[in-house]
Amino acid sequence: MSQVTHRELFPGVWLRTVHTNKFKSSYLSLTLLTPLSRETAGANALIPEVLRQGTSVHPDMEALSAALDELYGGAIEPMVRKRGETQCVGFAASFLDDAYALKGENILEPAAGLLCELLLKPYTEKGVFSSEYTAREKANLIDRIRAQINDKRIYATRRLAQEMCKYEAFGADKLGDEESVAAVTPESLWERYQELLRTARVEVYYSGSAEPDQVAEVLARALDRLPVNEDRIDPGCDVRMTAGPEPIVTEEVMDVSQGKLALGFRTGGLTCWEEEYPALYMCVAVFGGTTLSKLFMNVREKLSLCYYASATLEKMKGLVLVSSGIEFDKYQTARDEILDQLEAVKRGEIEDWELEGSRRILIGACMAILDDQGRQEEFWLGQTAAGLEEEPKELAARLERVTRKQVAAVAQRLELDAIYFLKGKGA
Amino acid sequence: MERREFAMVGETMYHEKMENGLNVFVFPKPDFQKGYAFFATNYGGMDMRFCLDGEWHNTPAGVAHYLEHKMFDTQEGNALQDLAANGASPNAFTSNTITGYYFDSAEKFEDNLRILLSFVSVPWFTKESVDKERGIIGQEIGMIEDNPDWKCFMNLMAALYKHHPIRVSVAGSVESIAQITPETLYACHKAFYDPANMTLCVAGPVDPERICEVAREILPRQAGPIAAKDYGEKEEPRAAQSLIEERMEVSAPIFHLGWKGEAPVGGEARLRQELVGELALEVLLGNSSPLYAKMYREGLINQGFGYGYEGDAGYAFFAASGESQDPEAVREAVAGEAARIGREGVDKSLWERVKKGAYGNRVRGLNSFEHLCVGQAQAFFSGYDFLDFAGLYDSITKKEAEELIASWVTPERAALSVVRAKEEGRRD
Repeated sequence: MSQVTHRELFPGVWLRTVHTNKFKSSYLSLTLLTPLSRETAGANALIPEVLRQGTSVHPDMEALSAALDELYGGAIEPMVRKRGETQCVGFAASFLDDAYALKGENILEPAAGLLCELLLKPYTEKGVFSSEYTAREKANLIDRIRAQINDKRIYATRRLAQEMCKYEAFGADKLGDEESVAAVTPESLWERYQELLRTARVEVYYSGSAEPDQVAEVLARALDRLPVNEDRIDPGCDVRMTAGPEPIVTEEVMDVSQGKLALGFRTGGLTCWEEEYPALYMCVAVFGGTTLSKLFMNVREKLSLCYYASATLEKMKGLVLVSSGIEFDKYQTARDEILDQLEAVKRGEIEDWELEGSRRILIGACMAILDDQGRQEEFWLGQTAAGLEEEPKELAARLERVTRKQVAAVAQRLELDAIYFLKGKGA
Repeated sequence: MERREFAMVGETMYHEKMENGLNVFVFPKPDFQKGYAFFATNYGGMDMRFCLDGEWHNTPAGVAHYLEHKMFDTQEGNALQDLAANGASPNAFTSNTITGYYFDSAEKFEDNLRILLSFVSVPWFTKESVDKERGIIGQEIGMIEDNPDWKCFMNLMAALYKHHPIRVSVAGSVESIAQITPETLYACHKAFYDPANMTLCVAGPVDPERICEVAREILPRQAGPIAAKDYGEKEEPRAAQSLIEERMEVSAPIFHLGWKGEAPVGGEARLRQELVGELALEVLLGNSSPLYAKMYREGLINQGFGYGYEGDAGYAFFAASGESQDPEAVREAVAGEAARIGREGVDKSLWERVKKGAYGNRVRGLNSFEHLCVGQAQAFFSGYDFLDFAGLYDSITKKEAEELIASWVTPERAALSVVRAKEEGRRD
């Protein structure tokens, strides 16, 4: 069994540990949580990338890779994530658990040391970030921002959210935009980095076989250079209660063979903080979250209108985003059919197998979190960003109690707020 | 059941070959919530030409994949929904070499296993449902053909190989799948979905004996005949074509660079070639290699750079891929580094480090039941056990990697595939 603890190491600097012997690896992450904004998103996203290039001890990639290989091929990846209107930047790392080292070496301590070294002891030139590293990582980040267009499925949902939340922080992308990244200099990035270190809420995560007290000791030592600040910021999330009077419709044309239709709904203010959250989670699953859902079974399978059609929930922001792949001339039919399926949920037209099947899938997914270190870390980062402490098993227990009536009641609060359609040239 | 301990990596594997020829492998994991079951046949996208009962069949590209889609249909309805309704997450995939069906579930594991074994072993196709699937698969083909990375990789295969079916897309094309009928599907099912041509691999909080009992209850008692496969004559060592280019909607040029190797023989030698191949790539152009650092520093490659070894019946290759403004320069840089290694050999401390790192990565990979079970199924079809790597690692020498680089990474064996952005106003 695994035990979860959450403790404050320093003011605004927290450590969560999951004590378990299930895995071959230990999982560590170090995350700075900061309010998402268009002005700072690009620079914030760039920081872990530049930090990952070198430290004062291991000045370049070769030295860092050598150090990781010595630790049995550990991996430390720069991470940029978005949870509601919180931008989460930092590193996630996976190392061989001490139990499997061939010569009984201790891996945790040097691994935690290396992780914190990346955050706190960057490689510098003239007191700021290296101009070479900054320029290169700027170019890479801009390439990544541009490359978002390559996967049209993800691109369409992202564009939908952008248009829908044009005047909200949520509309900003986790990677920022090209212009603001291009404007970064080694000096301005250094300032942003200092600001983040001083003001961001810090979340450290560990999952593995080591005792929580030992982990706390190792990490408190590794993080002792972090500036002390009693007032680190806890980011919030703005939730709109209603959709606009008419849905915002956006159409784009590209050279593609398959069209993408995305629909965005507001949940009428329902989020993960409400009592009804499990019902909302179930509602999205019944509507389009699983292979048993109405969108999958009817729009895709029965009517063959879409190659895929699914719905996801932004639980902090109170959004439901539907994504589908369609033939260009099916726009109106697909759109009507997706909305009809939602109407059926609103009317409570949910068969037993739909309700119970969705429930089993969601509960299965909750339990599966416990079997995967990466997913567990994702789950807890989401909980931390939302300020929630509920464990997967507790959420599963609440899902057991959701009724058909509650699902329908929640569905009735969904309002269409935006439509995005990507079509081919000449379509 | 036969029990094998892999103490170094903390794993235990149970194995039984049943009366009907099915090989069952179980990895008990009492601490986990979910169990995972993988039921696979040694039949994939490249097995288009085969002989059954003395008769040769030439089937259209994409049959194995089409069959995978249609297997979920049952006389009563659809197994996908039955499994999902039981809280399982089912799915399937078709690779070049195998087709596998799987689910994981925390609840009703044995019930779900019964459903899995049953729908995969009992075919049920109607003309209507087979015709209807053509639209869905056609959409899927359209979607992957829009994916520049996939396109670039397939082009590389076409450049490396003259006729080996690895050149052909697993899903086939809209034209090739137009020829598929229920009769085609029944014939291919009969040829390859016999228990003797299949394996069941399970990991999770399960009792190995119970897994065999369930399999015995559901599957046919007798082993049937298995088709013989044909991939055409042996490929020449040289790449069929050295450069292949295409234009698509991409933000920056993407490339797949490959070197054609010698197809592996079966058994432990195949695993050894894979391990040596992976280590050779690590020292040549891997994340810890001097070349990687140099190319990254010069902006020739970015974080999207990836690489790997692949090898199975009749083919093996190294491939490296990523985004680059100058893919030709990447090809030249790797050729230069291979020549340098040929002269000077691989640095000893780099070799030791990389080996340690690769070992740790393999062990960490065992966290995933999917990785473990799919790996064991593929390994079994190739004649070894997936976890054999742990014992083999120590014996692999630097010289083996150097020799592999010297013989494979040569200009004649290399091919470069590039997808560039479309130019505005350009007429193709």
